[in-house]
Amino acid sequence: MNWEAFWLTVRLATIVSTLLVAIGIPIAYWLTYSRWRWKFLVEATVALPIVLPPTVLGFYVLVALGSRSPLGRWWESLTGHTLAFTFEGLVIGSLLYSLPFAVQPFAASFGAVDPKLLHASASLGHSPAQTFRRIVLPLSKAGLVTGFALSFAHTLGEFGVVLMVGGNIPGVTRTISIDIYDQVQMANYSSANWTALVLLIVSFVLLSVVYGLNRRPWTVGPWR
Amino acid sequence: MSAMSKLMALLLLFTGGCAAAQEITVAAAADMSAALPQLAAAYTKQTGLTVKLVFGSSGNLASQIRNGAPYDVFLSADEDYPRQLIADGLAVQNTLYRYAVGRLVLWVPADSSLDLSKQGMAALLDPSVKKIAIANPAHAPYGRAAEAALRHFEIYDRVSSRLVLGENVSQAAQFVESGNAQAGLIALSHALAPSLKDKGRYWTVPLDAYPTLNQAAVVLSKSKQQDAARKFLEFLRGPEATALLASYGFTLPAETH
Repeated sequence: MNWEAFWLTVRLATIVSTLLVAIGIPIAYWLTYSRWRWKFLVEATVALPIVLPPTVLGFYVLVALGSRSPLGRWWESLTGHTLAFTFEGLVIGSLLYSLPFAVQPFAASFGAVDPKLLHASASLGHSPAQTFRRIVLPLSKAGLVTGFALSFAHTLGEFGVVLMVGGNIPGVTRTISIDIYDQVQMANYSSANWTALVLLIVSFVLLSVVYGLNRRPWTVGPWR
Repeated sequence: MSAMSKLMALLLLFTGGCAAAQEITVAAAADMSAALPQLAAAYTKQTGLTVKLVFGSSGNLASQIRNGAPYDVFLSADEDYPRQLIADGLAVQNTLYRYAVGRLVLWVPADSSLDLSKQGMAALLDPSVKKIAIANPAHAPYGRAAEAALRHFEIYDRVSSRLVLGENVSQAAQFVESGNAQAGLIALSHALAPSLKDKGRYWTVPLDAYPTLNQAAVVLSKSKQQDAARKFLEFLRGPEATALLASYGFTLPAETH
């Protein structure tokens, strides 16, 4: 078990899912309440990483953000290094990669808030921002936790993007899934086994939290 | 005939068709990724038999073979992986054959300011070199060769924090070709390949700086097409194949067995 890789991955997932709460809430808010006719295009863009192969994302990070592109040169002049092979590069790749896993549960829970409550709040003199903070956010707690947990778990298991842009540097870009891959290539099956088991348990616990929060014990089945 | 049995008949037809065509699958070290498609095309032209190609680091492929990958021939970038497979009964002893010697080069993009011919390996100490791409020494023979060469020139400790590891030597080449790394220790066969030839300069690492990359080929025990597999290895020994390999910088190994 490579604990360095494990904690690196936990750090990556924590940073990414926290940033996604900050980025995802405004996007989800806009997606829920906007009446713009082209909104579906934005929805499709946000959902892209679900269907896009991670290699496509990795390719873009490597080439479009590499030192041959204007964007990459701008980043290089700012920070002194390219995005590939750095922890920041993994954070940016993972933000894109896990975006829908945060935004979609957020938007779904915002949309599930009863509009009557919003109207009542407005008629009592609350601004839209106050209504959002006092009514929508508290009622969307389960959705927010779900989005956080799903994007955390999704980043934990990220492989393709990291393999393409990480460069496998211990303590910087060697994440736990890359470590498992290397262990298997070296035929260290017992080490791979332990690491895989830890990931399996962590993922199961995270998903149990998500489903536990969203469970509806009062659901009545059609067979009743 | 029921729909199910029709489906089964169709499936049989497909699988049967494949076996009759005598198509073999060759798993090859990543340094062969430019040369082997040409070799396979020449082989198909000569014999009418088709060859499917799979590339990866030699360690990666060996691990796949251990887990039942349906390959017929394994072209490794070293001799250790094929020998281990033979020892474990997964490859056929008397088919082992050194088909080439691989060469390691230090490669930089064309726009690099480094003077490789003057500085050689010491060019890597230049401050403009922020990342150095090598193949992963854990499972790629070229990665081990790169590490050995860096130690030979006694600069390993000074550059190790700047190393980035490609999954195999092809990815190491891609890291430096794309400009994300400023220098790379890659295969000569890639430096000479059409896709990289005009994009950079290289310096050939002297042979005494790393253990010789004796690249060995072997037929796998599980192959159901032993004859076709041997035939392909026979072709690899022939004049046409050796000339093609030579054009990619591979030299012929000293005959030892």
